[in-house]
Amino acid sequence: MQQKKDNRRVKLLTRRAVLVAGGQGVLLALLAGRLYQLQIVEQDKYATLADEQRINLRLLAPPRGRIVDRFGVPLATNRQNYRVSLIADQVANVNATLDAVAVLIPVSDSDRRRVLREIKRKHSFVPIAIRENVSWDDMARIEVNTPDLVGVSVEQGLTRDYPLGDMASHVIGYVAPVAEKELTGDPLLELPDFRIGKNGVEKQHDLELRGNAGTAQVEVNAYGRVMREISRDEGSPGKQIALTIDAEIQEFAAQRCIAEGSVACVVMDAPTGDVLAMASVPGYDPAAFSAGLTNAQWNALLQDQLNPLSNKCVSGTYAPGSTFKPMVALAALANGISPDTRVTCPGHFQLGNSVWHCWKPQGHGTLDMHGGIMHSCDVYFYEMARRLGIDKFAEVAKRFGLGATLGIDIPGEKAGLIPTRDWKLATFGIPWQPGENISCGIGQSYVTSTPLQLATMVARLVTGKRIVPRLTRAAGVMRADQPLVEPAFEAMGVPQKDLNVVLGGMNSVVNEQGGTAYMARIKDPAMAMGGKSGTAQVRHITAAEHEHGVRKARQVPWIERDHALFVSFAPVSAPRYVCAVVVEHGGESAGGGSAVAAPICADILVELQKRDPARRVPDARVAADRLSTRS
Amino acid sequence: MSISHLDPGRPRELSLPEKVWSINWGLVLLVSLLACVGFGTLYSAANGNWDPWASKQIVRYGVALAVMLVCAVVDLKFWYRSAYWIYGIAFLLLVAVEVRGAIGMGAQRWIDLGVIQLQPSEIMKVAAVLVLARYFHNIGIDEIGRPQLLIVPALLVLVPAALVMKQPDLGTALMLVLGGGVMFFLAGVRIWKFAILIVGGGAGAPLAWRFLKPYQKARLVSFLDPESDPQGTGYHSLQSKIAIGSGGPTGKGFLEGTQSHLNFLPEKQTDFIFTMLAEEWGLVGGLALLALYTLVIVYGYAIAFRSRSHFGRLLALGITVNLFLYVFINTAMVMGLIPVVGVPLPLVSYGGTAMLTVMYGFGLLMSVYVHRDARIGRPGDNEG
Repeated sequence: MQQKKDNRRVKLLTRRAVLVAGGQGVLLALLAGRLYQLQIVEQDKYATLADEQRINLRLLAPPRGRIVDRFGVPLATNRQNYRVSLIADQVANVNATLDAVAVLIPVSDSDRRRVLREIKRKHSFVPIAIRENVSWDDMARIEVNTPDLVGVSVEQGLTRDYPLGDMASHVIGYVAPVAEKELTGDPLLELPDFRIGKNGVEKQHDLELRGNAGTAQVEVNAYGRVMREISRDEGSPGKQIALTIDAEIQEFAAQRCIAEGSVACVVMDAPTGDVLAMASVPGYDPAAFSAGLTNAQWNALLQDQLNPLSNKCVSGTYAPGSTFKPMVALAALANGISPDTRVTCPGHFQLGNSVWHCWKPQGHGTLDMHGGIMHSCDVYFYEMARRLGIDKFAEVAKRFGLGATLGIDIPGEKAGLIPTRDWKLATFGIPWQPGENISCGIGQSYVTSTPLQLATMVARLVTGKRIVPRLTRAAGVMRADQPLVEPAFEAMGVPQKDLNVVLGGMNSVVNEQGGTAYMARIKDPAMAMGGKSGTAQVRHITAAEHEHGVRKARQVPWIERDHALFVSFAPVSAPRYVCAVVVEHGGESAGGGSAVAAPICADILVELQKRDPARRVPDARVAADRLSTRS
Repeated sequence: MSISHLDPGRPRELSLPEKVWSINWGLVLLVSLLACVGFGTLYSAANGNWDPWASKQIVRYGVALAVMLVCAVVDLKFWYRSAYWIYGIAFLLLVAVEVRGAIGMGAQRWIDLGVIQLQPSEIMKVAAVLVLARYFHNIGIDEIGRPQLLIVPALLVLVPAALVMKQPDLGTALMLVLGGGVMFFLAGVRIWKFAILIVGGGAGAPLAWRFLKPYQKARLVSFLDPESDPQGTGYHSLQSKIAIGSGGPTGKGFLEGTQSHLNFLPEKQTDFIFTMLAEEWGLVGGLALLALYTLVIVYGYAIAFRSRSHFGRLLALGITVNLFLYVFINTAMVMGLIPVVGVPLPLVSYGGTAMLTVMYGFGLLMSVYVHRDARIGRPGDNEG
């Protein structure tokens, strides 16, 4: 009985167990089927999803192209910089870690506060800089101790370095973070550390310097941290831009000028139009812009009355004053006035009821054109201007490069102004007054020009060709083994004898006793310069002042003092180099440009001729030496 | 598949060496193989390091293996006699968790014994099988139709299930109820009674919904519509499917699983360890692991059918079904077939209590094998 019951129970259990096993078999088959569905049928879908999640495309900023001088000396380079940073989610105790770092490298209280502030703001896996621009030694100290400094790492970056600093700031310009309105949709510009050129050559040639962005495929984890790089396309680095500038001359000119306050100085190689130096002082520190200026620094630059932010060489427009007289002289010669034509200067000039004064109140006596230029006699040129009328000498001035932009490849170039009858009617609706010829004849009144235009004017005078100034060398860096190629410029069409009259007068200005700049002459005859001084009135001199004597410059506030100008060329025997200098408010004496500006020209021209950067490539070893000491 | 009952003689007691000799060493090998799969996967989960998981797991397995072997040679009658005691202890521990449970994984599931963090709900899975095997051992084939006799065993399952549910641990509660249900079924409870229960349960589901915790509701919703919130509750399920699917037929290779190593896959060392294995070893690896489990289950059935006692048969089948439920719920969950519930993959997932209780279960299974010829009497039986 019991046996039977047990047998029935065993049979029931067996039956039921087989049913359960069957159910399990079905479910196991279901699992296998599901695995097949996921891994075979839908594999592509999930593989794509997986890759989308874990692979990020990152843009790589290309290294910015270097800017070098005509011989390859770096003017703007990329410096490897080291940054010590901390990743918050790898650090157990931020303060303790900062203490440990502070033992090795200086960490200020403000650094500490900034780090703690940024940790709160940013993702915990984002590296936060403890210190930027860490020295090699400090970097090495951190590197050696990394096993003890979990979460602290040294990162490399590139910062823009300007070896000449503020001495070439306006030519080179600077780079700075991209502003909101400068975004073009190019994702490169949106990179957090990306800098673009904001001024000077950096801005003008920004696209070439920038290069093409590379890309890197990186694998990120679920928290977005980069785990490894899968592939990398380096992109292409920015192009190197070779300038016509000679770094040594640029440095010399800037240092020479800085003593005189606010000065613009343009040095050119006349036959090629190469700008060898373009110094606008005071400058600014271009590297500071790259790092980011504080409001205080920016306001200080803006409010400085020496105007360090402006490139006075191309953006400063000054009345050329007496440096304009060669133009009037050439116009006179072109219009049939003989160089021997004599004019008597009693110290003033009368037209109708108006009286104009010569800078020399007692008068120059009787002068021909040579004497008029040599002594810079205002009355002589009043008379020439009266005879010619504005349009005649305006035409010559324009042909010599004044009154219009020259197309130099740097931003901010101004046109200056050479007035004409039509211009005045169109602008003011008032006809030209005969009296206006007179003041325009000595480069005052409406006439304005930039220092670059004045240098170009002299380059055209000494070559007789329509020289166009240039700042970049398309052919790249000059090499000793490459022949010098001088670009062909068309002739001005001015008779050489006319040019000789003017150049002779400019020779006498400097080298003949009694010339306005005789004191500033270069005594070595092989290097002697020719030139022309000028004074640009900043303030209208009132009749009362003429009556009672003009106030001494020292009694006038600096900002109201006249500008002192000097344009020059050397050597006189075979002119090659040109130098134009404007010293803002430097007109201390009646001699105007002769006293302040001419000595600057003389010093620069001596240095230039010794070095002769237009024709001689410096020893490669010397250049390499310079390279290593600068960068 | 019938079992011989013709041998009338009372089998003599086995000596200890005989017992050890008669342990099913093939099963021990299979179990160890599964554990080794676990070690390898944990080694990979730690990016090719023995620490922090694989090394601890190996130690635990060593301990658990010893426990299993000891349980295997302990007389099946002892297990029969102490079934209620063991159940009672597990139940008290479960209550103790409610009273002074430490917070772990957002759920109160642990008792910290210092050496080990004990999860009473895991012990209860084995204890419930043990107690039901004893209970139904004593119910004759004629008595099984009496509904009043089913009330006690039903309470033995449902009360701990309710406690586990309250922890809240939906997965374990589900396993207790399903495992218990299968025991009822195997004991011979009429199929129409299960039908009534299922229909009644279906009707009561909306009521049960009200008792679910918000995160449990969220998991159910995200299971039904996984795309609804990929960053939220559906995240685990979707990430798991991505990892498995991207593994393809042969996988990404050992230590090369991208989704798991990049932490897209959560809980890769515990509940989602199958995902990681399937990502690195592909369909081949996934099916191989399922095949290993199937072999163990087949062993379990074979042991059950070889046993001469009803208690032994029920115990062996109950433990085998429990193992299957572990495997099925875990893998179905990581493959997105069922909602995300916290059930580990036995022998492979990292975790002490689960390892210990699963191995304890295997120890009981082997005890059934070692004492396959033992007869266990019922009250009223002449066997005493």
